[in-house]
Amino acid sequence: MVTTSNLSYAYQNGKEITFPDIDLTPGEHLLVIGPSGVGKTTFLYLMAGLLPSLKGKVSISGTTLNSLTRRQMDRFRGEHIGLIFQQYHFIKSLNVADNLKLRQHFPKNSNDKTRRNQLADRLGLSEHLHKKVTALSQGQQQRLGIALGLIHRPQIIFADEPTSNLDDVNCAKVIDLLKEEAEICKSSLLIITHDLRVMSHFKNQVTL
Amino acid sequence: MKLGYLAFKNLVSKPLNLLLSLMLLSLSVSLVTFVLQLSQQLGGQLSKNIAPFDMVIGAKGSPLQLVLSSVLHVDAPTGNINLKDAAVLKKHPFVQTAIPVSYGDNYKGYRILGTEANYLDHYNAELLEGMLFEKPFEVVAGHHVAHLLNLNIGDTFVSSHGLASGGTEVHDEHLFTIKGILKPSGTVVDQLLVTNLESIWLAHDHEEHSEEEEHIDKEDHAKESGNHQEHDHHGEDHDHEEAHLGDEHHEEKEITSLLVKFKSPLGMVQLPRFINENTSMQAALPGFEVQRLMRLLGSGVQTINGIALAILLVSGLSIFISLLKTIRERKQELALLRTYGLRTGQLLGLALLEGLFLALIGFVLGWLLGRLGIWVVSRYMQNEYGYGLQINAPEQFEFYLLGLILVLTTIATMLASRSIFKLNVAKTLSDV
Repeated sequence: MVTTSNLSYAYQNGKEITFPDIDLTPGEHLLVIGPSGVGKTTFLYLMAGLLPSLKGKVSISGTTLNSLTRRQMDRFRGEHIGLIFQQYHFIKSLNVADNLKLRQHFPKNSNDKTRRNQLADRLGLSEHLHKKVTALSQGQQQRLGIALGLIHRPQIIFADEPTSNLDDVNCAKVIDLLKEEAEICKSSLLIITHDLRVMSHFKNQVTL
Repeated sequence: MKLGYLAFKNLVSKPLNLLLSLMLLSLSVSLVTFVLQLSQQLGGQLSKNIAPFDMVIGAKGSPLQLVLSSVLHVDAPTGNINLKDAAVLKKHPFVQTAIPVSYGDNYKGYRILGTEANYLDHYNAELLEGMLFEKPFEVVAGHHVAHLLNLNIGDTFVSSHGLASGGTEVHDEHLFTIKGILKPSGTVVDQLLVTNLESIWLAHDHEEHSEEEEHIDKEDHAKESGNHQEHDHHGEDHDHEEAHLGDEHHEEKEITSLLVKFKSPLGMVQLPRFINENTSMQAALPGFEVQRLMRLLGSGVQTINGIALAILLVSGLSIFISLLKTIRERKQELALLRTYGLRTGQLLGLALLEGLFLALIGFVLGWLLGRLGIWVVSRYMQNEYGYGLQINAPEQFEFYLLGLILVLTTIATMLASRSIFKLNVAKTLSDV
């Protein structure tokens, strides 16, 4: 599913980090743990093909990212990768439903209303579909962020500190949700976190 | 969920920015289209109305006023001339036709023009219904007048003295009768009530006579036979005058002006100077006067176009600044779209669509505003001068203007969007 080998990244200040090799089979999850500032997010963006100038090799579902053109990379990322960010990012001029529609439309050009409603239902967003994203509460925004990472049934979901702003109850809920959704879509989860509460939920762990 | 929808949503999410850019853009577009339409239509109207005649002969005064009053019927006449003097010109070898016109009265603000029937032929005015005037006080109504005053064949009216409506003095002794209604000709004839020269003379002679006669009536009432009714008396008076028309009376008759069409271009060279130097009359060339008028108008048009161009540039700048600002503000959203799989080119397209929507809406609003302006001016002119303007469909020049604005917007958008090429997705989304 996801394999990396000899992956390293050179920062502009000259500092270079080398990342451990990973090898995930389809449906297998992985937790990447480590303290802040060790380069977890960099690792994630490298695997998602969002950082140029990577050294080493990343391949997802048999596609080697290094070999793709920029344009192919954009398309591949849109289709096969789901990203859940630490800070939430939405299109503020669109309402909740339109944000979800937009994610479905690019690049697969789908408009699967059933999928949208089911996901919104499961994430407790059904009543808020026509609200502006800025009118959502923190928890709702977090859940919308998760929905945007899942709605297009990606093969791999990269989640960057998905529980950092949540209390214990919601933290457990979000982890369950991610696992369930990954199960349904047969996706792999790759979560980077320094949140100790998350660790007990995943066997497969790598420390940076 | 198309890019266009997103672009539109982005556009309306900043209503104040939108309003400012739209106002500037539509202001410049409305100015340019309004002024152009106005000058084109005025020029067109003027040249169409002066086309049938090469020269006007009237009383001394301003040549422009003579042309405005006698050909275009928008100003007061310079005075009267003697029909006998003018009639001499009819036989001049250079002259093809010379048509006397006489006016001074109106009905509800529309001029009653005394002339010969072939005046109408010069404007290609044809009858819609009824027939031409034959006897005094028979009138053919221009299409517009008939329509506006709801005049029908057989209707009668009395004229008022002067050229403006609401004159206090009314010639209530004589009833004008509508004999015919003209088809719309798109010329000044549409705004006129046309009758023969005698009607005007009679109405005015009578006025003078009746004043005199009132005197006489008072002084010499005793001498007159007791049962001599005033009404009959007037009737006799008319018969008398009509019988002598064209004879001795002719010599005393005055007309307002003589409209001349030359047979040869030599007339244009020789006759005006001859008349101006050797007679008490003045000759004016409508073509020359209108050209002078349009030159004056033209410099005004150029000034306004210059202002409009300046506003257009400012509006381009405002679109540029507002796009630059929103692209900076939306950097994270653009980076997010990149993670959704949108290419850099698609992000550029998004910005471009937003700019083009703005330009298109601004242009359409401005165009409508310009036409609204024409409509308002048309209403005013219709009331004031009897000339209306047309609300025209978009013209070729206006499509060029739209093209110019779209090009300008595209350039502004591209300049504002340069940062999209340098967008560092990872850094923008989380500080890596």
